[in-house]
Amino acid sequence: MSVELPVAFLGAFGDAFEFIFNQSESPLGGTEVGGLQQVGELTWDHIKVSAAALAAGLAVALPLGLYLGHRGRGELFAVAAGNAGRAIPELVLIALMVAFIGTGFLNVTIALAILAVPPVLTNTFVGVSQVDRTAVEAARGMGMSERQIALRVELPLAAPTIMTGVRTGAVNVVATATIAPLGGVLTLGDFILSPNVYGDAGVLAGAILVALLAVAVELGLAGVQWLVTPTGLKLQRASAETA
Amino acid sequence: MSFEKALPGGQAWFRALRRSPSPWLRGLFALVAALVLAVGVAACGDDDDDDGGDDTGGDESALIESNPDNEAVELTIGSKNFDEQFILGEIYAQALEAAGYSVNTELNLGSEVIAKRALEEGEVDAYPEYTSTTLTSLYEVAPEDVPGDATAAYEMANAELQTDGLTAFPPTPFTSANAVGLLTETADELGVETISDLEGVSQDLTLYGTTECRQRIDCLLGLEANYGLEFKGFRPVDPELRYEVLDNGDADLSILFTTDGQLYTDPGTYAILEDDQQLLPAGNVIVTASQEAVDEAGEDFGATIEKVQENLTLEVMQELNARVSLDREDPADVAADYLKASGYIQ
Repeated sequence: MSVELPVAFLGAFGDAFEFIFNQSESPLGGTEVGGLQQVGELTWDHIKVSAAALAAGLAVALPLGLYLGHRGRGELFAVAAGNAGRAIPELVLIALMVAFIGTGFLNVTIALAILAVPPVLTNTFVGVSQVDRTAVEAARGMGMSERQIALRVELPLAAPTIMTGVRTGAVNVVATATIAPLGGVLTLGDFILSPNVYGDAGVLAGAILVALLAVAVELGLAGVQWLVTPTGLKLQRASAETA
Repeated sequence: MSFEKALPGGQAWFRALRRSPSPWLRGLFALVAALVLAVGVAACGDDDDDDGGDDTGGDESALIESNPDNEAVELTIGSKNFDEQFILGEIYAQALEAAGYSVNTELNLGSEVIAKRALEEGEVDAYPEYTSTTLTSLYEVAPEDVPGDATAAYEMANAELQTDGLTAFPPTPFTSANAVGLLTETADELGVETISDLEGVSQDLTLYGTTECRQRIDCLLGLEANYGLEFKGFRPVDPELRYEVLDNGDADLSILFTTDGQLYTDPGTYAILEDDQQLLPAGNVIVTASQEAVDEAGEDFGATIEKVQENLTLEVMQELNARVSLDREDPADVAADYLKASGYIQ
């Protein structure tokens, strides 16, 4: 399959798009690289490991943030964990994981999940603890259990703030999954980490693809954020803006 | 210093823990290592009194003499982006400085393609390259056509380089090659000595290599096509972790370099399979320079380069690599130690 692209005038970017759409011989010879099939495979691999890591990160950070936020305790922990997590260099984390636990999908997933935890944890904590106290008191007065209050009142009302954290975490994960090939998992990062095999065009193509994927994820989750925001909150905001 | 050395009471139990099959014990190791590192970094300076590169000792005639005529010549020495290259870059740079040149360094240029471009654009005047890499990567010579003899490979590479206005100096004594490595234990168990011996067992073995290995003819592709081997799987890994994956049992086979420091510090732990079909080309280091720089710098340039690499045998290179890659010493210090121990500088 070959697609003719009128991209020659784009220079290096043209070469990168050419690489994405059409297979060509590796600058080192011996194999064909690029093309939609290879790009598709690596994109799918990239999405798989990112999704697993985000899911794992959410599974840890959401309940923890919700619990701490609901109890109104552990602010120091939630915020410190969030800040410390942001300071960990991911390359070192992957290297440590590989050295002491091993390589492969599970380990890279855990390493990337650690990156998703801080923004989700901090935002969940802040979101939940800032829910209008009168709403919580009303729920309590209606006889809801603490668990019901957390899940049915605080979680929905904190949803927009939580989703902001999820978006940050997801973009972190997608961008950082670029170095997953160093830990035994192929992703779009392979294009960037194997410059002699893919050539300059492949490296640039890899960078473009990762950037596009990160933007797509960000936009997709912005859509989800809009969907999970309770109608009441949207109306409140709209009236606040017009007022 | 290395954190293994910082621990009281020897290293054997420590290494056993690091290589333990149980993830819990290895986790414990990680924790201990992190603690020791934190304490060690705070507590001790560089107290390692390893002596320099080798034992040939300082002989008077080896000393590089500074020539005042060279002072006006400014040279920029480059290197690619891994430890062995940093060391070599420093060795040549410091030696040239001792010969009186005004030397700058530009160590960390990236791959050979980038290094060559830097050379052609005059950003660097010389950098160390491997004959095999020059031929296969820069001039698209098939791996099986790379001469096994160092001099022949050098002459072939030099002829190619001169078509681009570049020139190379004669090769180092040591040869560097990619190699299929494994734990000696595993090799004995499987009864393999050559890569061809893997036939019939390779389908149960997982091979680790750099990200590029997967699609390189002088790596996975060639092992599959030329040797006809099929592996249980191939996994890419950070080049720094090629021994770790063998140690922790993830990898059965790992693509190693023959000059790796680990082969010096842990003799007998790792075995290298003989490349009986000459798929993985071996290369000696040749300092590659622009012809312009060579003409301008005069004859001390080449003479100094050839002189200081005389003691760079495989064992010495492995030891220097071990000090930088494993003990985290500064490449500049390690290079200076080598030059002093060989009597090239005082």
